[in-house]
Amino acid sequence: MAVDMRLPTIRKTVSLSVDAFDRKDLVVPGDVITSDTGFMRGHGTYVDEDNLTASVAGEVQRVDKLICVRPLKTRFNGEVGDVVVGRITEVQQKRWKVETNSRLDSVLLLSSVNLPGGELRRRSAEDELTMREYLQEGDLISAEVQSVFSDGALSLHTRSLKYGKLGQGVLVQLSPSLIKRQKTHFHNLPCGASIILGNNGFVWLYPTPGQQEEEAGGFYTSLEPVSLSDREVISRLRNCLLALSAHKVLLYDTSVLYCYESSLQHQVKDILKPEVMEEIVMLTQQKLLEQEG
Amino acid sequence: MATVQVSEAEKVYILHGIRDDLRVDGRGCEDYRHMEIETDVVSNTDGSAKVTLGHTAVLVGIKAEIGKPRPTVPNEGYLEFFVDCSANATPEFEGRGGEGLGTELSNTLYKVFNNKHSVDLKSLSICAGEHCWVLYVDVLLLQCDGNLYDAISVAIKAALFNTKIPRVHISTDEEGGKEIELSDDPYDCMRLNVENVPCIVTLCKVGHRHVVDATLQEKACSVASLIISVTHKGTVTCTRKVGGGSLDPESIFEMTEAGKRVGKALHAPLMKLLQQEERLGKKKQKVGFLG
Repeated sequence: MAVDMRLPTIRKTVSLSVDAFDRKDLVVPGDVITSDTGFMRGHGTYVDEDNLTASVAGEVQRVDKLICVRPLKTRFNGEVGDVVVGRITEVQQKRWKVETNSRLDSVLLLSSVNLPGGELRRRSAEDELTMREYLQEGDLISAEVQSVFSDGALSLHTRSLKYGKLGQGVLVQLSPSLIKRQKTHFHNLPCGASIILGNNGFVWLYPTPGQQEEEAGGFYTSLEPVSLSDREVISRLRNCLLALSAHKVLLYDTSVLYCYESSLQHQVKDILKPEVMEEIVMLTQQKLLEQEG
Repeated sequence: MATVQVSEAEKVYILHGIRDDLRVDGRGCEDYRHMEIETDVVSNTDGSAKVTLGHTAVLVGIKAEIGKPRPTVPNEGYLEFFVDCSANATPEFEGRGGEGLGTELSNTLYKVFNNKHSVDLKSLSICAGEHCWVLYVDVLLLQCDGNLYDAISVAIKAALFNTKIPRVHISTDEEGGKEIELSDDPYDCMRLNVENVPCIVTLCKVGHRHVVDATLQEKACSVASLIISVTHKGTVTCTRKVGGGSLDPESIFEMTEAGKRVGKALHAPLMKLLQQEERLGKKKQKVGFLG
């Protein structure tokens, strides 16, 4: 058994290129952005005695006459088309409530899911009564945002075969601001596992399914034991994700992969030690800079 | 304790992983998470310690007051435990939600320390039958990420090591009454011997195996846990079973043996770290709560 005890040290953030990019306008709540009254105020601002003041901590974004402040750490604000990973919290009449790290629970309507067998038919009363057989409280799903209600709650749908109930794997909960928006959020990493980078900060790691099980729509969850090598890859990826998120590195398939490769020299459980985390993140950031420049 | 929801498939994944001795974060079944210990964090206490175990954070403060000894043991001092589950840890602790867990934790601590050897209570006596030192041990839960008992016991041991009790002189005045004088020198103090203070090890039964230092997800997959407090020699001072599930007598024996082994191995690195911190003295980098 191993016990790692140590005295605490002040955590320093790893930032390679401070001079490469200019420090954008960062404000905290109460900071005056401008005294010019010619601007329209957007999200994250308010007018206080003719001064445009920030109400959240973040960076100032200016588009022509519109000034808004985008917060650095916030709950997930969904937009139509975002891929999310969520957990069912309630089963209600004709819909499920899904927790997606936003201000309100998202809604998954019964009419927005694919029925077993792929039939296209009207939902009957029997379907309503057997909702729990398909999705229960605690189940994880991957879905897409269909629309946003007026109060900000998201309406999700799983109407494609790639969405649906998730099987065996590991969920990592991170901040939504760290997930980069990309064309696709489903990746089969070459190291031997697959990843779903939900826009809401929930990242799902799972063993790459065999050929015949792909695109099953999530109706059949395999409860077969996952092999030890796959498990190790998934645990390593999970620790790498936590390391990257602790140092505020943007997450997308390339950065996760580089981090995985940099971590191969260490044991999986050592990755979460502060000095090892710093080393791995430094290497990852160097590789990312080389790739861009 | 704070609970997280886990889906059936996730439970199966965790179960099979533990069966193969590879947990979700890559640890083995008997490995602890990264632990950080700092003492002397609260200035107006006689001893304090803050322990961070993964995301669990616990703060212990010890205050020494002069009080009357218990009638059954007039030449000993005593310890009083109080555990406060702060609402910062999880919304479930809001208002009076944390009281149940807090009383359960303090009752366990009383049981753990309820023996002659853990803390030398005779050294806490000032005047037999009349005055003694009472150590009020206050535990504050700041963050809850599983394995509260272990973190609390390590923090209490560190805080007791850090406690500085002022020396007192008893003098009799004219009428024969006793007068207590505290010495003026702030460095003239008595330290406690924490060699025999036990550490608590929680073993959760998941499937057919047991794990040490379970996270909240692993806790959700287990039905029963065994809490053992072990001294540095391997002596067990208290065992408790928590959880609604049942434990086979054979597995209890197995878990007790594993708990003794793991608990014994906790003490040496902890004492080494505390002594190292003591030696650093003024050069110690104070991190506090904003590190």
